[in-house]
Amino acid sequence: MGVGGFFTSKLDEAIGWARKYSIFQYPFVTACCGMEYMATACSHYDIDRFGAGLPRFSPRQADVLFVVGTISHKMAPVLKRIYDQMTEPKWVVAFGVCTCTGGFYDNYATVQGIDTIIPVDIYIPGCPPRPESVIDGLMKLQDRIAAQTQRY
Amino acid sequence: MAQTTRREFMLGEGSGTGGGPQNLHVGVGPAHPAMHGIIRIASELDGETIVKADVEIGYLHRAFEKDCEQGGWNNAIPYTDRLNYVSPLINNFGYASAVEKLLGVDVTERCQYIRVIMSEISRICDHLTCIGASSMELGAFTVFLYMIKAREFLWELVEDVTGARLTISYGRVGGVKADLPDGFAEKTLHAFKQTREVLDEVHRLLTGNRIFMDRMVGVGALSREETIGYAITGPLLRAVGVPYDVRRAQPYYVYDRLQFEIPTRTDGDNYSRYLVRMAEMEQSMRIVEQALASIPSGPINVDFEGRPIDPAAYVDRGKQGKTEGLLLLPITLSPNLQGQQRAEVSRVNVADKRVVLPPKANAYGSIEGLMNHFMLIMEGYGIRPPAGEAYFPVEGANGELGFYVVSDGSDRPYRVRCRPPCLPPLAALHRMIVGEMVADLIPTFGSVNMIGGELDR
Amino acid sequence: MAILDELRRRFGGAIVETDDHRGDLTAVVTRDALPGVLAYCRDEAALAFDVLMDLTAVDYQKFPGREDGPRFEVVYHLYSIPRNHRLRLKVRVDEDDARVPTAVGLWPIANWLEREVWDMFGVRFDGHPDLRRLLLYEEFVGHPLRKDYPVNRRQPLIGPAS
Repeated sequence: MGVGGFFTSKLDEAIGWARKYSIFQYPFVTACCGMEYMATACSHYDIDRFGAGLPRFSPRQADVLFVVGTISHKMAPVLKRIYDQMTEPKWVVAFGVCTCTGGFYDNYATVQGIDTIIPVDIYIPGCPPRPESVIDGLMKLQDRIAAQTQRY
Repeated sequence: MAQTTRREFMLGEGSGTGGGPQNLHVGVGPAHPAMHGIIRIASELDGETIVKADVEIGYLHRAFEKDCEQGGWNNAIPYTDRLNYVSPLINNFGYASAVEKLLGVDVTERCQYIRVIMSEISRICDHLTCIGASSMELGAFTVFLYMIKAREFLWELVEDVTGARLTISYGRVGGVKADLPDGFAEKTLHAFKQTREVLDEVHRLLTGNRIFMDRMVGVGALSREETIGYAITGPLLRAVGVPYDVRRAQPYYVYDRLQFEIPTRTDGDNYSRYLVRMAEMEQSMRIVEQALASIPSGPINVDFEGRPIDPAAYVDRGKQGKTEGLLLLPITLSPNLQGQQRAEVSRVNVADKRVVLPPKANAYGSIEGLMNHFMLIMEGYGIRPPAGEAYFPVEGANGELGFYVVSDGSDRPYRVRCRPPCLPPLAALHRMIVGEMVADLIPTFGSVNMIGGELDR
Repeated sequence: MAILDELRRRFGGAIVETDDHRGDLTAVVTRDALPGVLAYCRDEAALAFDVLMDLTAVDYQKFPGREDGPRFEVVYHLYSIPRNHRLRLKVRVDEDDARVPTAVGLWPIANWLEREVWDMFGVRFDGHPDLRRLLLYEEFVGHPLRKDYPVNRRQPLIGPAS
């Protein structure tokens, strides 16, 4: 490895540190979890102190896709298109149990987990998850972002 | 793929070959920045003006009506939570009342007061969210933060009573899950004081604000005949001057004993709807304060020795067969299970053992309680309303929320239909936005307060 | 009750059944008389049902005692703002002839409510200007609220392949 490896790993850490504290999320809000997302984003539970305070409502400008709320079969192609439009590096957070596994909507209309359509990094279960769970998931996402290595 | 109607609309007039000006097709949604998500408005624009609009819904269809048929009557309660998810208590109680109407039972008076109090708190939360979100879309981000802060105060109250913030599953057929906790009245009055301060600040920020009024006055108006023809109820109907409110027209629970006004305006535009909602929040707080002052406390079970016993020890004694006097002993419950004591559970649930689960102390302390519990839970038994149908309307935050339930005499619902109050305004949305500019779509859509769970069910 | 008497007096045999269970006035109407009854309910001054609160359907295929009768029952909930009274009208149709005249000319909300009944049950409404699905995507096969549609049938993923 040698000296070159030391510098690239320090650079990885610096890039990871910068990325994890500047999360521009795309909140793809559909259902009840949106209310808890709003509560987490606002003054009481505040995710702005984690650097995630500015939602970007365009997939080209966002790097984390928060899929918040139930995805039905009618909505699934839209979700896939939004995910495809995001540029690398991108991460996906499955917020709420409907996006993790379909929740208790085991029926003809609901996608049984968004990981059947797009790859997911963090799963936050709960119906809806309490804001403390969301913040815990966000911190795990930050750990994952910080641990990514770059290819030079 | 077959030529679908969506495509026919998009490839229809306006996009042919040849010269001349063409209208621009803009699809607004379904991934919306506004926290509403899930609506597609396929609009055709001539410059900035909307010439034609086709509203497409169904992106959150979660098969509520089909899922309700799969379990028992009380199993549908969590599904009803997720209908109008900003005011879930109103949905719970509406469904429970429809089933109670079918059964022919009346809930206890204390339960009616509790239902009124929790419904009004839910209604305030709904209006806070609606005004907050629609102001944010107009650029007033501060108002959104203030409204959500006020909503947190109320959600702490809801969490004290029901155990959860949003999807609470608090109503049951025949009553509610548990009684109110101690100290609820003081906490509520304190929370209302804080909420009133927030509403005062928002009034000062928005109501006379030049920018807000320019964007909302005269925009998105609908005439009175069209509002009635489209079966629109709730704040949108009251904003055109029709004082129709289910709580006044067909009073249910104890609304006929409480004093409240029905705020109306005459213009029917977005600004009137905003003013109606702000006034309704004040009226809801007034209702809750009156209800808390006059709620009956009911009889309390007085035991013969008064020694409280730990619940685990109680269950052990019951299992060992030492049951003399067991039914009369009080149990010390953990503070998180407030309202679940024997006396309090029977104060808020109808005294009908075909409908309501016995309190846990009875289920473990006596064989009759155990059998009662068994018969209500096991498949094939359970609550069995007589065959028939019933429709029960309640005043939801968006208008008349009606539940139409059909029973075939078994322990599962045969058909549960929710009449969604926000479907009519969406059906009329194309009438509200045609002729307006495309930027006027945002405040109009915000003032309609579409809740996806209820619209698409 | 006066409403039901009035309807029976005016329409005679077209009102097949009336009921007053739990305070809900209900009348079952024949399909041919339905447009006339609905128009009368809306326009007659004493009735003045200016609001079509709800339009839905029930599938009676698995109802004990009614498995052999007409399969679908389309239910109209009417409300009158000036008179503050309600009425429920029902029409029974068979499975192989599931067509009902539309109410769009009387109440504009019927447009979307009938689309939903078509989507969920497969009951056609004659005279409807634009009968297409409301809640499900257009390529969906089947009518899910029918009793013979299983609740957890899995669907193929739709949309353009990316």
